[in-house]
Parts: sequence; C-alpha cells; structure tokens
Amino acid sequence: MERKVREMEELLEILEDLHPEVDFTTCDRLIDDKILDSFDIVSVIAEINERFDVAITAEKITPENFNSAKALYALIQKLEDGE
Amino acid sequence: MLFTSYGFIGFAAILFLLYYLVPKKCQWPLLLAASYLFYFFAGPEYLLYIMTTTVSVWLTGRAIQARGEKTAAYVKECGKTLTREEKKAWKEKGKRRQRRLLVLCLLLNLGILAVVKYAAFAIANANALLGAVGLERRLDVPDFVLPLGISFYTFQALGYLIDVYRGTVPAEKNLFRLGLFVSFFPQLIQGPISRFGDLGKSLYEEHPFHARTVALGLERILWGYFKKLVIADRILTAVNAIIREPEIHSGAWVLVGMLFYALELYADFTGGIDITIGIGQALGITVKENFIRPYFSKSIKEYWRRWHISMGTWFTDYIFYPISVSKPMLKLSKWSRAHLGETVGKRIPVYLSSFAVWAATGIWHGASWNFIVWGLGNWVVIMVSQELGPLYGFLRGRFPKAEGRLWFRAFQVIRTVLLMSCLRMFDCYRNVPLTFRMFGTMFTEFNWSILWDGSLLGLGLTAVDYGVLVLGLALLFAVSMVQRRGSVRERIAAYPYPVRAILWYGLFLIVLLAGAYGNGYDASQFIYNQF
Repeated sequence: MERKVREMEELLEILEDLHPEVDFTTCDRLIDDKILDSFDIVSVIAEINERFDVAITAEKITPENFNSAKALYALIQKLEDGE
Repeated sequence: MLFTSYGFIGFAAILFLLYYLVPKKCQWPLLLAASYLFYFFAGPEYLLYIMTTTVSVWLTGRAIQARGEKTAAYVKECGKTLTREEKKAWKEKGKRRQRRLLVLCLLLNLGILAVVKYAAFAIANANALLGAVGLERRLDVPDFVLPLGISFYTFQALGYLIDVYRGTVPAEKNLFRLGLFVSFFPQLIQGPISRFGDLGKSLYEEHPFHARTVALGLERILWGYFKKLVIADRILTAVNAIIREPEIHSGAWVLVGMLFYALELYADFTGGIDITIGIGQALGITVKENFIRPYFSKSIKEYWRRWHISMGTWFTDYIFYPISVSKPMLKLSKWSRAHLGETVGKRIPVYLSSFAVWAATGIWHGASWNFIVWGLGNWVVIMVSQELGPLYGFLRGRFPKAEGRLWFRAFQVIRTVLLMSCLRMFDCYRNVPLTFRMFGTMFTEFNWSILWDGSLLGLGLTAVDYGVLVLGLALLFAVSMVQRRGSVRERIAAYPYPVRAILWYGLFLIVLLAGAYGNGYDASQFIYNQF
C-alpha cells in the first residue's frame, strides 16, 4: 500500500513537471482535452521507463490509458505485474 | 475521373440511385463494384497494384490473428502446467512471429510504393552523386506511372494491418469487405486516410434511405464544389501566373502568391474532402472529418492537429510513437541523460522521432527535395516553438491580460498562417534554391505599389473575378465563424422548407454561374490527387 502511494506520488511529480498548472489528481480528460500532446506523452513514457523500469509500447498509447494519472498508474502496475 | 467532371457526377448519380434501389444487403458489394469501376476508369493497369495491396494485407491480417489465437489457446490450455515465466516466453514468441509477418507485409507494400513513387528520384540523385565524384557512368532513370491514390490507399491498408497486429481491430474475414475498405472511391484519391475501426463501422451496414441524411450529404457536396470551383480554381489562375514567371513576379508578388496559394490550397483540399464526406453521408456512411478550421490555429502544433488530421494522426500513431518509445530509443535516452545531462537526454526521443516523422511527411507528399525541405522546415519551426515554451510562459506571466484579448489571438492566428504560407513556398516553386531566392526578394525589392496600382489585374483575373473571390471568401469566413458554435447544416435543417430551398438553389446557382469554367480556365485536378 505504502509502495503504491509512493509510486503514485512519483508519477504525479513527473506529470506536474510537464504541466504545473494542471491538477493531475482530479483531471480525467488529459488526452480528450488535449492537455497532454504527443511530445508530452513521449516525455512521460521516457520518465516512467527511467524511474519505474517499465516499457510502455506504442500500442498502449490510448486515451483510456493516458486520460488520467490514475489510469496511467493502473497501466504501470499491469506492466510491473508482467501482464 | 475528376470529382469536377460531368462523368463523375453522372457516375455518382447512377450509383446513388442503384444504392437505394438494390436490396440492402447488396449495398456494400455494389459500392465495391463501383469503387473498382472508378479505379478502372483511372487506368486498368493500376488495378493490379491495389489488388496486390488488398490481398497481401488481408492474408497477413488473417495470419497475424490466427497466430495470436493459437498462442492464446495454448497458454490457456496449458495454463496450469506452465510457470509465469514460461507463459510470458510463449506470448513473446507468438508476438515475435506476428511481428515477422507484419514486417514482411509492410516491406512488400512500402517496397511497391518506393519503387513506383521514389525510384526515379533516388536514381536521379545517385546519378547526380556519380557526376559530382567525377564518374561518367549513369543509371537509367525508370519512368513509372504513379497509380492513382497509391499513397492514400497503401497507408490506409497498412494502418489496418498494424491495428490488427496491435489487437485494436479484428482481422476482416471477408476479402471483398476489406477490398471495399481499401478502395472506397470517394476517399481513394485524396483521403482522408481512414481507420478500419472508424470507417468499417458504417461501410458494411445496411442503409435505408433517410431524406434528411441524404439532404445533409448533398449540401456538403455542393459546399465542396463551391470551394473548389468558385474559389480554388479561380485563384489558381493568379497563383500560376505568379509562380511560373518568378523573374517577373518577385518582391511583393511573392507575398501575394504565398497568400493566394494558402487560400487556393485550403479551398481546394477542404472542398475535395467536403465532397468525399458528403458522398459518404448521402450513402449513409460516416467518413471522419479531416479539417477543423485550421487557419484559426494559434500555433503550428495546433495547426497540424487541425489540418489533414487523418494524415497527422497516422504518422503520430504508426511512426512517431513506435520510434520514440522503442527500446533502442529509450536506451539512447537513458544513455544521453547519463552522459549529456538531463536537459539534452530528455529531448532526444522527441527530437529524433519527430525528425523522422517530418522527413517521412515531406517525402510522402512527393519524391523531390522541395517536399523534404518543406517537411523538415515544419520540424524546425515546431522544435523552435517548443524550445521557446519557457519564454512564452514567462511572457504570459508578465502580461496575463493579453492571453484572452482578441488582438492577441488575431496576432497568433496571423503568425501561424504566415509561417505556414512561408513553408508552403517550397510546394509552390518546387525548387529549393529558387524558393529561398524568391523568399529573399520580399525583403530586397520594394514593389508594394503592385497591390493598388492595378497590376493584380494582370494575373489573368478580372475585377469581376476579384469581386467574386472577395464575396466567396467572405462567405467561407462567415460559415467558419458560425461553425465554431456547431454544424451550419444542422442549423439550416431547422429552417422552414422555403428558406432551405432558397439557400440550396442559391448556392447551386452560385456554383453554376460563378464557378471557374470555360475559356481561360481548366477544371483542374485537386492538388492532393498527385500525392
């Protein structure tokens, strides 16, 4: 549980570095509202790869996975679990 | 068969009648037959190319799906006896085989495209290189005729195949249904590049006759003809006069040519797409929008999200993301962070991948250096604006009230249009050194009096033509403004019948009377046909 909280905080940090003006704890339309563009997505994936050691492949880049920090963290967990 | 030819109008009218007369289950086979007939008229020899693409993509899609199902069935069946690592290894093995099939099919189809579209360009450059190093040997430059719409249908078919590989869409079982997706005639020659998941939904459904939908589709077609015939083909005369005589038309003429071309290209390409989407709608088929008022964009990045959307998303989804998040790229990013610092390391994936995308976008538009330089010019501008982000942020903080002001928005929009128009000069002159030279004359020759001394009347357009253009563009602008609050055609549909009838016949008469036909005009190809 503690690990999850820590990882989520780390993910929020990555996202806030890119867009300090956005509240990533509540926003769930990051792609639909074009808050994250393709450059942001690639930067986020590189950061995730660096810090979480999971590789998000191109087919996983969907609005469902990137619309909110929560969804993105769920994807990271899935990949960490080897699914 | 041009969209603007009588032949095409007759063809579409007959198809439309038959489409609603035949039993509903025969509608999509009829469309397939019509699409192949349309392609046959373009050149019977081209049929072999489109059929090769269709069959190869269909077979590979089926094989990829079968391989995936086989792996999943095995893992499920032996689920209890396999360890987690063994299951993972099996899945990876299956994925590798799927990838091999995908790569083979991509190579075949991109190989065909490369040979017919780029071989002559590559060999001409190789000959130039041989000459430059002092060798006399020259290779024969092949003279392939480019099959109609090959760039569009190849990308559309390969997009489908990659989606099957990714598991986004199921492989189509029926070869003929996939054949229709690849060859659907309204979008065959200038797009949009549809996705199977989008177009496939309505392409094969049964479509009963709905007067309202058909009327909306016909309105859209009429609006497309208005843009093409009244605006684009009229300005074309002036654009040609300027760019074909660069020695005479320099200085301020270049600016006039640039802006005229921006208007011509917009009216031409969006007009063509209006006709495509309108035909689809009249047949009950939903073709996705390809433009969202791009000239209202406040930055180049935004512009590319609103102009030729289907091409932009294709390149993003199938080239930009796969390269930028690939293992080698992530390794490179890690290495550069460690050796070159965070600032540089972070930028590596985005810079390199977008470079590849813009080089590909350039060469996709045509096998010549002007298109490659145009694509890379876009890349430079986007990267510079990306790097200027912190400066913009600082200025926004310093002048917080400017952001919402009309004058500031107008400044951003005009800046974007001018930047895009400057880059398009490579498309206009089709010669890189000449483009740079002509661009330079805007700052060295001060012949601005041509804007008011009547010289503009020497471009093949009369005062009446300019009057028609001004009124036409004003109508286009007004419609775009109204569109920001929702569909104009939906609004019109809510009016009483006499008002609607006046609007329809009015627009029809405008197209008929003010369209650029007859002596001095040539019902020209759509610009994007040649890509």
